[in-house]
Amino acid sequence: MVYFDKVSKIYSPTSTALDDVSFSIEPQEFLSLVGQSGAGKTTLLKLLLVEEKPTSGKIFFESQDVHALSRGELPFLRRRIGCVFQDFRLLSSKTAYENIAFAMEAAGRTDEDINSSVSQVLEVVGLVDKSWHFPHELSGGEKQRVAIARAIVNQPDLIVADEPTGNLDPLNTREIIEVLKKINEIGTTVLLATHNKDVVNALGKRVITIEKGKIIRDDKGGRYVI
Amino acid sequence: MLLIKIRRVIKVGFINFWRNGWLSLATILVMVITLFVFGSLILGRVLLNATLAQLQDKVDITVYFKTDAKEEEVIAIKDKLAKLNEVQDIIYISADKALSDFKDRHLNNALIAQSLDELAENPLGASLNIKAKDPAQYESISRFLEASAISSIDKINYRQNKVVIDRLSGILKAARTAGFGTTLVLSLIAILVAFNTIRLAIFTSKDEITVMRLVGASSRYIRGPFVVEGVMHGVFAAFITMIIFYPLLLWLGPLAEQFFGGPNLFAYYVSNFFQLFGILILVGAFLGSLSSLIATRRYLKV
Repeated sequence: MVYFDKVSKIYSPTSTALDDVSFSIEPQEFLSLVGQSGAGKTTLLKLLLVEEKPTSGKIFFESQDVHALSRGELPFLRRRIGCVFQDFRLLSSKTAYENIAFAMEAAGRTDEDINSSVSQVLEVVGLVDKSWHFPHELSGGEKQRVAIARAIVNQPDLIVADEPTGNLDPLNTREIIEVLKKINEIGTTVLLATHNKDVVNALGKRVITIEKGKIIRDDKGGRYVI
Repeated sequence: MLLIKIRRVIKVGFINFWRNGWLSLATILVMVITLFVFGSLILGRVLLNATLAQLQDKVDITVYFKTDAKEEEVIAIKDKLAKLNEVQDIIYISADKALSDFKDRHLNNALIAQSLDELAENPLGASLNIKAKDPAQYESISRFLEASAISSIDKINYRQNKVVIDRLSGILKAARTAGFGTTLVLSLIAILVAFNTIRLAIFTSKDEITVMRLVGASSRYIRGPFVVEGVMHGVFAAFITMIIFYPLLLWLGPLAEQFFGGPNLFAYYVSNFFQLFGILILVGAFLGSLSSLIATRRYLKV
C-alpha cells in the first residue's frame, strides 16, 4: 500500500534525518515506528504526507509517486490519509463538531452525509456531549479524540499517527490506542510513530525501529527494543 | 458541488469574521484610516481642481480694436479665432457695450460722466475677450493675431500681462503635479498599512492553514473564507468612513468654501454620496481581498 524506496532526507550537511530508507506497508497492517527523539520518525511521516520533499528516493501510495503530485492533486491524496499529531493540531477557531466536519466539507460531501457521519464518529470517540466545545475548552485526551475523529471521518485507507499519546496520561494513552486498534480491525491501515515502550509491547504488531535515520530492525509481532 | 462549496466558504467567512471579534475590529479600524485617506484625497482633488479652475478662469487676454473698426470685421476675426484649437471661449464686446459698461462702472463719478457727455462720439472701441484652454497657449494666440497684422487692431494686452500669465500658469502646473504626487504617495502608504494589517491578522492563522492543507482541503477552499473576511473588512470600513465624513464635512465644508472660494464639500458629499460610497466600498473590498490572497499564499505551500 505504501512503499518507501531508498528515501533520504538531508536538512544540512551535518543533519541527516533519513538515510536510504526502504520498506513497505501492507494493506490493513498496524505498523509501529519506534526510535528515540530525533531518530527520523516525524520526518518520515512528513515525507509521506508531502509536508516536505525528500532529498532523494521515492515514496509510493498505491503505485502513485506522492511527490509527483501537483499542489492541486494533493488534497485528493490527503483525503485518503487521516493524520493525528502529538500536538493535536485542531483548528482553534472551530468547535469540535466543526473541526471534524471540516475534513468532510473540504472534500465536498453533502450536508446530510456530514451530519450523520460526524455524529457517528463523535459516538465512536465518546464525545457527543462535548461536540459544541472549542478546543481550548477540552482536555488533552479529549482534543486527541477529536483529532482522531477528524482523521477517520472520511473513512481513509490509511491512518498516520505521529506520537499521538506523547502529551497524554497513561489512561488516555490506553484509550487512544484502543480506538486506533478498533479502526485497524475495521480494515484501515495504521502507521503509528511512538517512543512509548508500553504501547508498542502491548500491541504485539509489526515494529520498525529506526536510529539515526536508518532502519535497524523490522520485526513482525515485535517488541520495543533499543 | 461548486455551489455547496461557495455557500460554505461564504458562511465560514462570516463565522470567522464574527468569532475573530477584536481582530476584525482592529483590521476594520486600520482599513477605515486607509479609506479615510482615500476619501480625503478625492475630496481634496475636487477642491484643488475647483480652485485652480477658478484661478485659471481669471486669466485671459483682450484684443482692443480701433474706434473706426467695423463690426463685421471684428465678428470675422472672432469667427477665425473660434476655429483655433487653443481657444476655449471668446466674448465680443461692442463699442456701445463697452461705453455702457464704462458708464456703469463710473456711475458715481460726476467728472467722468460730464466729460463723456461732452464728447460727441464714443471714444471706446470694440474688443474681444479671449480665454484659452490652457494658460500656456496665450502666447501662440497672440502671435497668431500679431501675424495676421490686422490694421484695425489697436492693441493686445498680452504683452503687458505676460509675466503674470506665465507665473500663474507655472503655479497651476506645479499645483497639479504636487497634487498628483501627494495623492500617489499617500495612497501607497495607505495601501501598505492596510495590507500589512491583514497580513498580520492572517499570520496568526498560519498553523491552521497548514493543518487544513494536511486534512485535505484545496488551496482555494482554504483561501475563500479569508477573502470573504477581507471583503467584509473593506465594506464595513467604507461604511464607517462615510459616517465619519458626514459631521466632518458638515463642519469643514463651509469653512473651506470661505477660504478657497471653491465648492462646498458638504454639498459635494451629499450630491455624490453613492458614487463616493461606491468608490470606497470597491477600494476597501479590493484591498481586503487582494491582501488576503497575497497573505495566505505563503502559508499554502504545504
